[in-house]
Amino acid sequence: MTGPRFDTAPLLETPFHPRTTAANRLQNWAGWSGYRTAGCYGDSEMEHSAIRNAATLYDITPMTKYRIAGPEAEACLNRLTLRNLAKLPVGSVQYTAWTDDAGKVMDDGTLFRIGPDRFRLCCQERHLPWLLDSAQGFDVEIADETEAVAAVALQGPTSASVLTAAGFDVSALKPFRMQDYPFRDGRLLISRTGFTGDLGYELWVAPTDAVALWDHLMAQGAPFGLVPAGTEAVMLARTEAGFLTANLDFIPAQQALREDRVRSPLELGLGWMIDWDKGHFTGRRALLAERDGQLSRWAIVGLDIPGNVSAEGSVLYYGKKREAGFITAACWSPTLKRNLAIAHVAARYAACDDLWVEIYAQRELQYHKLMLPVRKTERPFFAPDRRRATPPGRF
Amino acid sequence: MIWDAVILGAGHNGLVTACYLARAGMKVCVVEKNDWIGGAAVSRELTPGFTYSNCSYVSSLFRPEIMRDLELPRHGLQILPYEGGAVLKEDGGFLAMYRDHDANRREFARHSPRDAEAYDIYSRDVQRHCRFIRPLLLRTPADPASFRPRDIGELIWIGKHMSGLSEQQIAEMVRFWTMSISDYLDHYFENPVIKAYLAVSAIIGTALGPMSPGSAYVLLHHYMGDVDGNVGAWGFARGGMGAITRALAASFTATGGEIRTGSPVGKVLVKNGRAVGVALANGDEIRAKRVISNMDVKRTMLRHVEEAELPQDYVSSVRRFKTRGSSGKLNIALDALPRFPALPEGAPHLRGDLHFTDSIERMERAYDDWKSGHFSRDPFQDVMIPTTIDPTMTPPGKHFMSCFVQYAPPKIEGRDWTDADRDAFGRTCLDQIERYSPGFKDLVLHVEVRTPRELEAEVGLTDGNIFQGELTFDQLLFNRPVPGYANYRTPVRDLWICGSSTHPGGGVMGAPGRNAAAEILRDAKRPARDMSDAWAVL
Repeated sequence: MTGPRFDTAPLLETPFHPRTTAANRLQNWAGWSGYRTAGCYGDSEMEHSAIRNAATLYDITPMTKYRIAGPEAEACLNRLTLRNLAKLPVGSVQYTAWTDDAGKVMDDGTLFRIGPDRFRLCCQERHLPWLLDSAQGFDVEIADETEAVAAVALQGPTSASVLTAAGFDVSALKPFRMQDYPFRDGRLLISRTGFTGDLGYELWVAPTDAVALWDHLMAQGAPFGLVPAGTEAVMLARTEAGFLTANLDFIPAQQALREDRVRSPLELGLGWMIDWDKGHFTGRRALLAERDGQLSRWAIVGLDIPGNVSAEGSVLYYGKKREAGFITAACWSPTLKRNLAIAHVAARYAACDDLWVEIYAQRELQYHKLMLPVRKTERPFFAPDRRRATPPGRF
Repeated sequence: MIWDAVILGAGHNGLVTACYLARAGMKVCVVEKNDWIGGAAVSRELTPGFTYSNCSYVSSLFRPEIMRDLELPRHGLQILPYEGGAVLKEDGGFLAMYRDHDANRREFARHSPRDAEAYDIYSRDVQRHCRFIRPLLLRTPADPASFRPRDIGELIWIGKHMSGLSEQQIAEMVRFWTMSISDYLDHYFENPVIKAYLAVSAIIGTALGPMSPGSAYVLLHHYMGDVDGNVGAWGFARGGMGAITRALAASFTATGGEIRTGSPVGKVLVKNGRAVGVALANGDEIRAKRVISNMDVKRTMLRHVEEAELPQDYVSSVRRFKTRGSSGKLNIALDALPRFPALPEGAPHLRGDLHFTDSIERMERAYDDWKSGHFSRDPFQDVMIPTTIDPTMTPPGKHFMSCFVQYAPPKIEGRDWTDADRDAFGRTCLDQIERYSPGFKDLVLHVEVRTPRELEAEVGLTDGNIFQGELTFDQLLFNRPVPGYANYRTPVRDLWICGSSTHPGGGVMGAPGRNAAAEILRDAKRPARDMSDAWAVL
């Protein structure tokens, strides 16, 4: 008996692969957490435009998913994460984060309360040892269910119309709520969540039903402009929304090689998540000290940059001279017609006064150096009313 | 009360000027004759459930600097790039267009392998011209006959701008700005359909044929815009072109501006050679420190200013300013998406421009009809179905079709258009589409037919010229609208012009309105707030 050959096929195909490969006109694939997913189906700009104008399907199966269940699951997760789970009713979702004992962010993710004692934690990175260690002493079982659940994000202003046409009534579903629907012989879980800052949903289904779900949505969604979207388009959408991504906007604490690379939730602008009064949670003592002693060394800021040249990877200077920070994500936003960036700045420059960005603009091989003044701006950058409207709009 | 500025006409340029002035702290009032705003960037629901782009129908020229300065996306503006398009040939074949470079090259090669590769060279050359002209769009043209320090400074700037060009490139530029598109394309291409497709941008809105000298510049005018940095690309405004003026109006009122619709202008009030306000047609007077007209220069000066207030040579120049209308428009509500049997099912072609004119000769014949005072019997049409992309304009499954038509003269054989002429014009266009899409006419739920007569009566465009004055070299830069007055001023102190009659001309660009605001603020010694200079893209 031979096992699977990981040397010849290191990347798994998702359950949607028969359809995503047929739609992928350029056969443009990228690895994502051990899966092969579409970087672009043919034209990232059009796919991004569809996210903001119509509706898109984005295969999010590779998202790491942990099943956390047991009588003390709530207590365990309350101790693990920053937010208060007592405030999370069954059928709800929380965007949350968790830290190590030093109060440094390990990852952020979404926590689904599927039942009173059953949760699903979705995140970018893998954390099984940390989760298992954290569960010691709690009556809870934790298992990786990434391969057991197929997931697809349906995002864009017509996404509710697509679901209605597909026979799923989501008119009463509020943001960060989820609902179960019958689909074929099984169940389909739809949550009003997403990574685009727009109206959108995420659909969770058994892998055996994945292709049928894809076909059903594409057929019913055609009159509403539904198209598949690849990672390039989605990452542009997340940048113009202003959302953080692990390993792009921060280094997860367990992965940092250099000790100064780690960040606390306060430094990442996630301080609002922390429920100081819910009792003890991992990292609380360190975070209290940081808060009370004003010891934060960094601040994450949204920046508005003049002109139209994306500042990806640029360095920030105070008074054009002293290094003050760096940009982790940037784009010319086609939706907002603004040149935006997410940046880490040293805490004393958090106000962004007299802050400059050095951009290397490539023009036919040659770089032109630009030094431009930046302005601090609100995040999320893109937050249209339609994303929260319940019942959701037709477009 | 005395306003800091009253603006005559709520078209896109009038509103752009209004926004910048309001942001600089001025108290600004915009008066509009129609009960709705928008001028020629307007979306109206003429039949229930269907929103049209009644005049202009696509966007590329509108300056992103202005969108950003005035926060138009925050006020609802969204530009949707589109793909596709095709020329349907009389023999049943077609030439398709694709956004993907290789798909496009292979499609062109199906018609001519040589032209397929020549297209890249052609694109490079046109983009070189764009690179030269784009920085000029957001600047007041320098008057070479003036010795004012600013004009001299501006001439020095242009000199520097040109010093980067080789002698050969300067020669190329002068040729390009003056030659016909037909001659220009002959330098690159051999295939008639490819040439017919590329010539389109040179005749849109223009009282020239593809063989008329000067038509090549008009192509550049339609090529120099961009969608998010893709120079030459076009997009739809989500919700119709009226979304642009709606966003401008929202931005304007958010900064304290006031818009009065249903307020046609009577006369500009002039006292001691200065504009001091405006008398509306109903007799109401609005006093203002300055009056800014978004109407074309002819309509402004010849209808709404007492001739006694104007120097005679200026009046003569304004009368001679060419505003010959050349185009019409059909806006059609469709019960379903029409089928074009020549095109493969499910292909992206219907999401872009569809043309039925498959040779430059046919285009020129269409122009011949215009010259003899008749609308084209075999017209050129630029047909678009924005609802293949935009979900907001019609109920699901229904569609809005926009047909831009050339040629349609301002007068029919020297006399005014009648309703019967208009209907015959509309029938000619519908019949042409039906030939390529059998059963098309059965899908038609409602049609709005617009000839130059309707464009003048409703939008106020003299002779129905969509650019508020033709885009020929004699009427560009420091000669637009008339020599000596290219700086948005008029012989009447405090009376300004901010519409497409001024540099850099027509199209939904916003640049004239922005440049006029810059001059007005400089004149008022007020700093401009939130006003970006042109960005480099190429």
